Amino acid sequence: MEHSNHEAVIVSSHGDGGLMTQQLLQELFMPFFNNDWLAQADDAAFLQHRDEALAFSTDSFVVSPLFFPGGDIGKLAVCGTVNDLVVSGAKPLWLSAAFILPEGLSIKRLTRIVRSMAETARLLELPIVTGDTKVANTGDPENLFINTTGIGAVHPRTYLNASRLEAGDAIIITGTIADHGAAILASRLGLDVEELPASDCAPLCYLLDTLEPFLPRIKMMRDPTRGGVATTLKEIALAAGLDLVLEETALKINPRVQAIAESLGVDPLYLASEGRALIITSQEDAAGVIEALRLHPQGKESAIIGSVRPGKGNLCLKTNLGGTRMLQMLSGTPLPRIC
Amino acid sequence: MVSASKKRVTNLMQEVLRQTMDLACEIVEKKGRRIVVMEVCGTHTTAFARSGLTRYFARVLELRSGSGCPVCVTHQQDIDYIVALASLEEVLMVTFGDMMRVPGSVSSLEQAKARGARVHLCYSPLEALSWAQRYPRKQVILTGIGFETTAPAIASTLLEAKKNHIDNFTIYTTLKLVPPALRALLQKQSFNLDGLILPGHVCAVTGSKAFDFTAWQYGLPSVVTGFAEPDLLAGLFQLLTMIKQNEISVRNAYPSVVREYGNRKAQEIVEQCFAVTDFLWRGFSIIPKSGYRLKGENSIFEARDRFKLELPQAGELPGCRCGEIICGTSSPLQCSLFKDLCTPSKPVGPCMVSAEGACNAYFQHLAEAT
Repeated sequence: MEHSNHEAVIVSSHGDGGLMTQQLLQELFMPFFNNDWLAQADDAAFLQHRDEALAFSTDSFVVSPLFFPGGDIGKLAVCGTVNDLVVSGAKPLWLSAAFILPEGLSIKRLTRIVRSMAETARLLELPIVTGDTKVANTGDPENLFINTTGIGAVHPRTYLNASRLEAGDAIIITGTIADHGAAILASRLGLDVEELPASDCAPLCYLLDTLEPFLPRIKMMRDPTRGGVATTLKEIALAAGLDLVLEETALKINPRVQAIAESLGVDPLYLASEGRALIITSQEDAAGVIEALRLHPQGKESAIIGSVRPGKGNLCLKTNLGGTRMLQMLSGTPLPRIC
Repeated sequence: MVSASKKRVTNLMQEVLRQTMDLACEIVEKKGRRIVVMEVCGTHTTAFARSGLTRYFARVLELRSGSGCPVCVTHQQDIDYIVALASLEEVLMVTFGDMMRVPGSVSSLEQAKARGARVHLCYSPLEALSWAQRYPRKQVILTGIGFETTAPAIASTLLEAKKNHIDNFTIYTTLKLVPPALRALLQKQSFNLDGLILPGHVCAVTGSKAFDFTAWQYGLPSVVTGFAEPDLLAGLFQLLTMIKQNEISVRNAYPSVVREYGNRKAQEIVEQCFAVTDFLWRGFSIIPKSGYRLKGENSIFEARDRFKLELPQAGELPGCRCGEIICGTSSPLQCSLFKDLCTPSKPVGPCMVSAEGACNAYFQHLAEAT
């Protein structure tokens, strides 16, 4: 509903990666910025420069708290952009880092964050080649914003696109779901539980090496960050114009994550992962892909969680009981409920 | 991939599921129409839809949502009052998440926050007291929204505030009682109803006895049940058995949590702080003895009394049928706004916002792409 006596303003749900984010992009940004690269609407833009195929991706990070079990905003800022490049089929080559520093932020905390970024980048042999800092009075010394931008070389034999999906294809995930989202929720609310779930925040670079033999035939890869597995797969279903069917019995959820989600009344299917990839490949390749993924420590829990069916863009969940539940894109940040 | 024990449980559940379906088909054949069962609690509406049971049984069983979503039944006047309070310069509003996006006549809390109002989400109402201590010059208001399940937590927050002499703290009390609303709903019920699924969490506080009237006064087979998939299925199976055998009583299918007389400790702390009063509900207007107000000296903690705002009379939101949906007289699918003009990201009424709202459950878990 339009509240006519008030002009519309940005609300926090515009930033949740779900329907409202989509609307903002489609209705406000696209009409002004539209071009062929942006119209691809992928995690990264694909650029051709002479003989080089490059992927170019940017992401900004706002997370409260700045430090959480399993990571911090610095590590997240490196992994987030790296993972967007990786699931676009590109090997990350260079990274930029820009900081909007809040007045009052402790230098000690900032040092820890920058060190964490540097360590994560060093492990990936990924240089941070340019950057920027600004200071803003945001009213809260914990209001740190980091933007990272990455350039990667597109693997020559990849073509990842929802249009390649066919009925019968397998949907694979490289591990448990919802770990990052649950860790953030739990630490944000200061939940007094013995062992908080830890974020899965990690770079996905290993995927490209492990899956090398399968890459030409892999049809789609995405990392289920904001909006979780449900939102990411619903977007793919709509783009492909096919139904995706998930098997609830095949989804792996860490018991601590499950406990937090249940007690807060939020659905793990809509909570973010920051170190998992969704992969869609032909049924014939699926077993081989799983086998390859499981050889890597980060891919041990890889599993087929569903399949592509003829349809119109539905995402359906076959429940433990054998019923069906339809899943939509996230609309509105998951919020703890009343009773 | 799936462990052996998980497989066994799944097989067992499949068996119960088949038997429940057989039972339902038998009843349908006899009645010549679908069975209509009301789940009073919004968490049940969502749990049934999420488990896939709503769709699975759709051919033989209509699940009708009742008045059990605390956000949905909150009257427009209260929503507007809360938004107006939050917009005051000196106020810091502490609320549960579900309230954020509920449309007010002018604005939701989320929109008020975007325009500068200080609104903080809490998981436990006690967090409001930490805010009050951290910002002694602010007036911290807790939205006291909920049913019998939330009242004890609000009561203990109040007692804690009194004990620690936290003066810059008040509560906007809109705590409501489920049995009187269910009674009002059953009185004006204008549709076939074959049985009730009673709210497990509310019964844990009130005791299953508080709902005995559904059987002896309204002649409805009723089952108290929990929210996990096996609970849902067990509750449904028992209820259908009762309907088939024409057994008019209240059965407790959630004995691990619910006792006949409920949780005495919770009831005591609530009695210490609140008195029962007539209350304004969305969809019903005033229901006698259906809510809590702060009693005696506690009333100095009532936000309405401390701020005394004059607001224009709030009407229903134009075109919105939430009121009928709460009373069970309409299903979300009968609302012309559903899914096209009213969605979780552009909600017209509260039933589309709350995670326990019927429209939200239908939209999120049942609607298909067209």
